[in-house]
Amino acid sequence: MTDPLSPSRNPPVSDDAQSSAVRARAALLRLSSRSGVALLVVLAVLIGVFSALAPSSFASLSNVRNIAINAAPLLLLAVGETFVIIAGGIDLSVGSVLVFAGVLSAKSMGAIDADPSAGWAVVLVGLLVAIAGGGAWGLVNGLLVARTRIPPLIVTLGTLTAALGSAQLLTGGVDLLTVPNHLSISVGTGTVAGVPWLVIIAGVVALLFGSVLAFTRFGEHTYAIGSSFEAARRAGLNIRGHLTKVYLLQGLLAGLAGWLFLARFGTTSIGGHLSDNLTAIAAVIIGGTSLFGGSGTMLGTVIGILIPAVLLNGFIIVGLQPFWQEVAVGAVLVGAVFVDQQRRKVRERE
Amino acid sequence: MVGLSTVTELLLEGRGIYKRYGHIRALSNANFGVRAGEVVALVGDNGAGKSTLVKCLSGAMQPDAGEILIEGQATKLDSPLHARQLGVETVYQDLALAPDLTAAQNLFLGREIIRSGILGLCGVVDRPSMRAKADTALRNLGVGVQDSSVAVGSLSGGQRQGVAIARLVTWATKVVFMDEPTAALGVTQRERVHGAIRGLRDRGLGVVLISHNLPEVLAVADRLDVMRLGQRVAQFEANNVALEQVVAAMTGAMEQQFDDAPGVGGKASGSGALN
Repeated sequence: MTDPLSPSRNPPVSDDAQSSAVRARAALLRLSSRSGVALLVVLAVLIGVFSALAPSSFASLSNVRNIAINAAPLLLLAVGETFVIIAGGIDLSVGSVLVFAGVLSAKSMGAIDADPSAGWAVVLVGLLVAIAGGGAWGLVNGLLVARTRIPPLIVTLGTLTAALGSAQLLTGGVDLLTVPNHLSISVGTGTVAGVPWLVIIAGVVALLFGSVLAFTRFGEHTYAIGSSFEAARRAGLNIRGHLTKVYLLQGLLAGLAGWLFLARFGTTSIGGHLSDNLTAIAAVIIGGTSLFGGSGTMLGTVIGILIPAVLLNGFIIVGLQPFWQEVAVGAVLVGAVFVDQQRRKVRERE
Repeated sequence: MVGLSTVTELLLEGRGIYKRYGHIRALSNANFGVRAGEVVALVGDNGAGKSTLVKCLSGAMQPDAGEILIEGQATKLDSPLHARQLGVETVYQDLALAPDLTAAQNLFLGREIIRSGILGLCGVVDRPSMRAKADTALRNLGVGVQDSSVAVGSLSGGQRQGVAIARLVTWATKVVFMDEPTAALGVTQRERVHGAIRGLRDRGLGVVLISHNLPEVLAVADRLDVMRLGQRVAQFEANNVALEQVVAAMTGAMEQQFDDAPGVGGKASGSGALN
């Protein structure tokens, strides 16, 4: 029988040609899904090289602790950013939201009891205020991204400016120093069994939300929305609600990170977080999450935070100018997106 | 004749549907109906309004005017989700799969199986049982996916189509719309899909098949509705019609007397349509 309307709709493809193409594609994809292992190898090689070059200083316990403490608050930002980017978005506002939350937290702790010897209750209020303050901006981001047609890049560029401006309005542009000693001594510099509090908090958060991403329906929907908005819509997912929650989560974590920075440095350092957003985004992308959404892992993000941290620390210790770290991170970032693009091209060459 | 059906026997019905895109009238008083346990093919040339009609009947699009009835009840389908809750499933030509997710994840997207106990309260999904069920559904369709942990985007076109159809077969309860379900398939897989369509019909579902492939349509469908210029212009019984007649109706070469009315059967005069 002939088909008068669509004679060549389905050009027959020989089974052999098709299956060998499929096999080749599958092999390539398997290879790229091993990028998690590759990342670990890169990190291990870096650590190995620096340890060999400076065995006494780089590989010391105090230096390892130092690297981990520097990385910990930034990891919180990157954890939230992992959800945002996997869901197909981006959040540029994290650094400003962090500053805003820190300012709000310091202000409220100071308002309750400006004395450095203020009690634990004040510290706790400071924590809750920081998380709430960050969450508020996250909610603004989420509602705007989910309910308007404004691209996330613009929404969060707007809140980047607005949150920083609000922080400066609250303080008159002068850093606040009203941080109770309890907070600085415990969370800021304290350790439990030799592990700094900052590292424990960041680790628990990363583990918790890494599990949410990997094992729960919330994680599943995050991947689905980032992978294909249309497929998620037709599957009946509550996309607006989900995106709002994802940006809210990022805001809450930025708030917590703001509180951790207060604990560590005892000041709001309003001008000190201008590039935190890029640090977080770079970590997520270096960690193998696709900038276009749909794929990525929390383990990758953790390694993506550690690689730049190790580089910076290592360069300083071996006597190279630390600015090389920025050059290296920039190159790795561009390289990571290039690899991701190649992977997509292979997949879409159907 | 198709049978002495009454309107209430129809599982899903569209009456007098109108839809405009700007100045283009995509649907103009279109009528359509499908009963339980039958396969109806919706045929027509490009631009005849088939896809628009399906979108209206599956909740993906709101008609400008007209009525949609499910089991005789007038219903407003707000969204594809709403339609699905009422038992109306659709597999789209573009498949609507998330390329980064596995076959099992796609099959269960939005309807994940959750673990029991405390893990379940935390929303932890039950991957093993979803994968097992997905594997069974795919095997029944003859879709060979060697590794079900692989992202759908890395599968071949035929395998992807198989995943989309497996999802539909798994979840459909009343009416199924299939827009060009075999477009990317080889001969063997196509036969499997036809088998699946018959299986759905035998389960008592109403299957609506949209296809350009007339020999396929005649082989699988019980009934044909021909659309042209945004409305139904002819109806045929599949086992009692020649290909040429269908083509003639599609292209307008055979202008027959056919006063379409809601329901399954329009009033045809002469020997043209419902013979």
